[in-house]
Amino acid sequence: MGHSGKEAAEMNAFFVWAGIALLLMMVPVFYRMNIGPTAIDRIVAVNVIGTKTAVLLVFIGTIFPGGRIEMFVDFALAYGLLNFIGSLAAARFFHRSKALGGEIDVEGEAEEF
Amino acid sequence: MLKGRRRNFEDMIIINTISIILILTGLLFFFGSVVGVLRFPDFYTRMHAAGKGDTLSSLLVIMGFAVYHLGQIHWMDFVWADLLVVIKLLAICAFIMLTSPTATHALMDAGYEDGIEPLTHKKGNALREPKVKGRG
Repeated sequence: MGHSGKEAAEMNAFFVWAGIALLLMMVPVFYRMNIGPTAIDRIVAVNVIGTKTAVLLVFIGTIFPGGRIEMFVDFALAYGLLNFIGSLAAARFFHRSKALGGEIDVEGEAEEF
Repeated sequence: MLKGRRRNFEDMIIINTISIILILTGLLFFFGSVVGVLRFPDFYTRMHAAGKGDTLSSLLVIMGFAVYHLGQIHWMDFVWADLLVVIKLLAICAFIMLTSPTATHALMDAGYEDGIEPLTHKKGNALREPKVKGRG
């Protein structure tokens, strides 16, 4: 999809910077993934990162030199599918199970309410 | 694809502007979702921010890309592969619109069945006896 011209270069620069912004937005979610008090908090953070990654793949495919957007759109579709399946599997695993790894109840924290 | 005639310049400007607006709005909603996931006080509110923000912002960003790639099609020498990219992007939109709320609901249900305490005004849980504190 080579559309040579000045505005194509400007669009490419916009896509690069928007992709960098999207990448930087993953960092706080990584923080939540680390400190998440319950296990399902961490799974939600992973789900958010997975959605962002699927979108980021479309960014990468658009700015990829040579115009291979078809390939990256397929990647994004497959990544979204795997993300959904992973979330459902994790939800089924933690459903009515005692395996919730989030019993991090620091003393005094429960007494705030 | 390279040898196709260029589209009208004003058309390209309009289409690129629509695409930029959609992508920037999507990034704004992504930012809101990130702030919500980071700062909200308990599990259910974080889940709310993640589910809603991610769904809408993914839809907006991928719609923006669909508009952009629709503008990149050279209609003079049309090949179906170019239009297929747009159709696949719209398919990703429909897919995310179906699956992201489903995943959010499933995770929320798992958390509720595990007894994570919702944040309420009252002392204790209004819904059931808590087993796990969902705060933090």
